[in-house]
Amino acid sequence: MTNRILALIKARSAKTVAAFMALTFLLSTPCFAYTLPAASPITVLPIDHAKFLAGQKFDFLVEVHDAVSANITVTVNGTAAEQYFGKTAAVKLDKSLASYRIDNVAFKNAGTLEIAVRAATADGPATRAVRYEVVNNVAPKRAKNVILFIGDGMSLQARQMARILSKGITEGRYNDLLEMEKMSNTAIITTSGYDSLVTDSANSASAYATGHKSVVNAMGVYADSTPDPFDDPKVENIVELAKRTRGMATGIVSTANITDATPAAMVAHTRRRSELNTIAASMLDARHRPDVILGGGAQQFLPMATPGSKRKDNRNLIEEFKALGYSFSGSRSELLSTPLAATKLLGLYNLDNMNVYLDREVLKNPTVLGGFDDQPNLMSMTGKAINTLSKNPNGFFLMVEGASIDKQLHVLDWQRATYDTIELDKAIGVAKEFARKNGDTMIIVVADHAHGASITGTYHERDGKTGREAVRIYADSVYPTFEDRDGDGFPDNPDPDVTLAVQFANHPDFNASYRLQQQPTVPAIMANGKAVANPQTQGEFQPGNIPASDPSEVHAADDIILNAQGPGSEYFNGVMDNTEVFFAMARALGLDGKRGLK
Amino acid sequence: MKRRLIPRLAGVLLWLLLTGNGILGGLQPERAVPGGEPPLSIRRAQAAPFWDAWLRSPATPLAFNELYSGASSLGLELSPKLKSLEGKRVVMTGFMAPPLKPTLAFFVLTQTPMAICPFCSSDADWPSNIILVKLSQPVDSLPFDQPIAVTGMLELGTQVDSETGFVSLVRIQADTVERAD
Ligand SMILES: [Zn+2]
Repeated sequence: MTNRILALIKARSAKTVAAFMALTFLLSTPCFAYTLPAASPITVLPIDHAKFLAGQKFDFLVEVHDAVSANITVTVNGTAAEQYFGKTAAVKLDKSLASYRIDNVAFKNAGTLEIAVRAATADGPATRAVRYEVVNNVAPKRAKNVILFIGDGMSLQARQMARILSKGITEGRYNDLLEMEKMSNTAIITTSGYDSLVTDSANSASAYATGHKSVVNAMGVYADSTPDPFDDPKVENIVELAKRTRGMATGIVSTANITDATPAAMVAHTRRRSELNTIAASMLDARHRPDVILGGGAQQFLPMATPGSKRKDNRNLIEEFKALGYSFSGSRSELLSTPLAATKLLGLYNLDNMNVYLDREVLKNPTVLGGFDDQPNLMSMTGKAINTLSKNPNGFFLMVEGASIDKQLHVLDWQRATYDTIELDKAIGVAKEFARKNGDTMIIVVADHAHGASITGTYHERDGKTGREAVRIYADSVYPTFEDRDGDGFPDNPDPDVTLAVQFANHPDFNASYRLQQQPTVPAIMANGKAVANPQTQGEFQPGNIPASDPSEVHAADDIILNAQGPGSEYFNGVMDNTEVFFAMARALGLDGKRGLK
Repeated sequence: MKRRLIPRLAGVLLWLLLTGNGILGGLQPERAVPGGEPPLSIRRAQAAPFWDAWLRSPATPLAFNELYSGASSLGLELSPKLKSLEGKRVVMTGFMAPPLKPTLAFFVLTQTPMAICPFCSSDADWPSNIILVKLSQPVDSLPFDQPIAVTGMLELGTQVDSETGFVSLVRIQADTVERAD
């Protein structure tokens, strides 16, 4: 092939000399090649190619499988690790698993490090070398505050659904863009964890919070090989760094249980996200206790004896927070009447996840709300959080999650997901208004992973067609008839005559109705270990295309979009790994991990 | 080995003698129902023993939306109707959620069919208004996708299952589980 191209070029006249030279250059450039990592009996945690903020604390762990002794030699850039870190390692041999562990250490200076390990295994001596990178970049203009908005599962298509419904499209042009789309910097973010291509929300939020990748279901830790969900080596997160190094105010806000993966990963450290009792109690730990905690999930804060509690002990965490000076609110009206002077807020607005915007603010079906008819929206939660946190002269870090975009896409309910995307966008508007007045705040908007939802056209039954025949493609995809006459940013009717055709790439068996479900409904249920279409639903049967072990639509490995504005946002550009969100925040704030280190 | 065998044999014997009476719940066999037993969906009230007068008493229908009279972030309020039925026979219609393990002597009755996602969920993700249905025999092969009617004695109060750690507030000690049509 190459010879033929060269021959062709040679045959041409002298005017192709430049092109020929360019081609020669290209051919002489070494090709990019890659290989699979070699299997090794030695695991080093943090993993190969881990990146650290200078001074960021972490636990260092080496595990040797098929070990015959606990004799493990570890060097950091040629110096014995114990000497390098100034700490004695805990060394153990448990059956054939040997381990070498030094907790709570940090790399103080920027640069690259090589960790070399030698151990004795049943197959003879084994060695392993990994490389680390340590950075301490500071943005030219520093941000005082960082607000991180996470649209859980908010894929590019989820954002576009929100743009169509919220802003409308006229003769091919959008009438306006979303708040999140009117920001200075954009990047494409890759989302995989170190164990698998498709991430979950714990793993991905952990990458944002710590700058380190983890595994599915884990947050703030690397996964060791023991089953204990609390002994895995930890890495320091953004909330801990902001508090430890600068005394900043911190906050977490979510429409989900506040112990759910995304908000939990900002503070907690566990291999298993389902340890909700412990995650809730961990929010009281002074090292990462956020000043503002607003969301759902009171069930994890109430003592076991209280009806509705999901605790397995009799701790009343609400009372424990109150004793620490937190103002508690359990409803929208209580949130809005919180004393202006309050600097610490605990707000829990549902026993479980908060209801979605469409049910909470539009449909208001009492059966769906189950008595929780006074829940705040994400805009007022975000506004209250910002007002409270901005009283700290050292600045603040705030994470706000639109949680049910993900939860509703899991159940193929794109309408409920889209109303929640719009709600998140309006909360972003609240933050942008604060940033406009103050000029010292970096705002980041990012999803944590994608879903397999695609806008394939529009859907209507005007000519009597139904089901797949009523999915309008190409020239038949007449514009949807959503309208927002009252200008609140939400379409007045969630289910107009012509709606979007949203179809999914990765779904269980289900009955497709294409229309709004009046009540939240699961697409499939588990029956004898297999996901089957929910028999309580009507529509066109669609056989699942994922393993029948999962009754919901699942996350996709698709890249996601990030938008940012404010000091430090220039860092975001091109295609970036999800861990870079952490490094961008640390750089924008100019966090110095060495401050406050012993 | 011995420790497991004895209660199992004792349990099977007692089951044969007493046709699976719930009062002897502490002596249940640990494994799934013995082969040859009719499926639970058609297993009726299991021949009420004479000393169980309450078993023949009519069951009061109780609906999911009658369980609580109030809900807030500080907890659920049990409804007067629910409280008045404590220790009495009730009948509730709902859906059987897939059991955490196929051999458990209880299952969870929910208002709507449930889909528990193995990656995003844990047993802590159950809705608040669930009923724990205790059985005298562990069951398999119950319909998850059809409404079922559970009849039995109503129990109230927080309880933790010793084997699974599952926390429940409202329970029915079932004497009958059947398809609701
Ligand atoms: Zn999810």
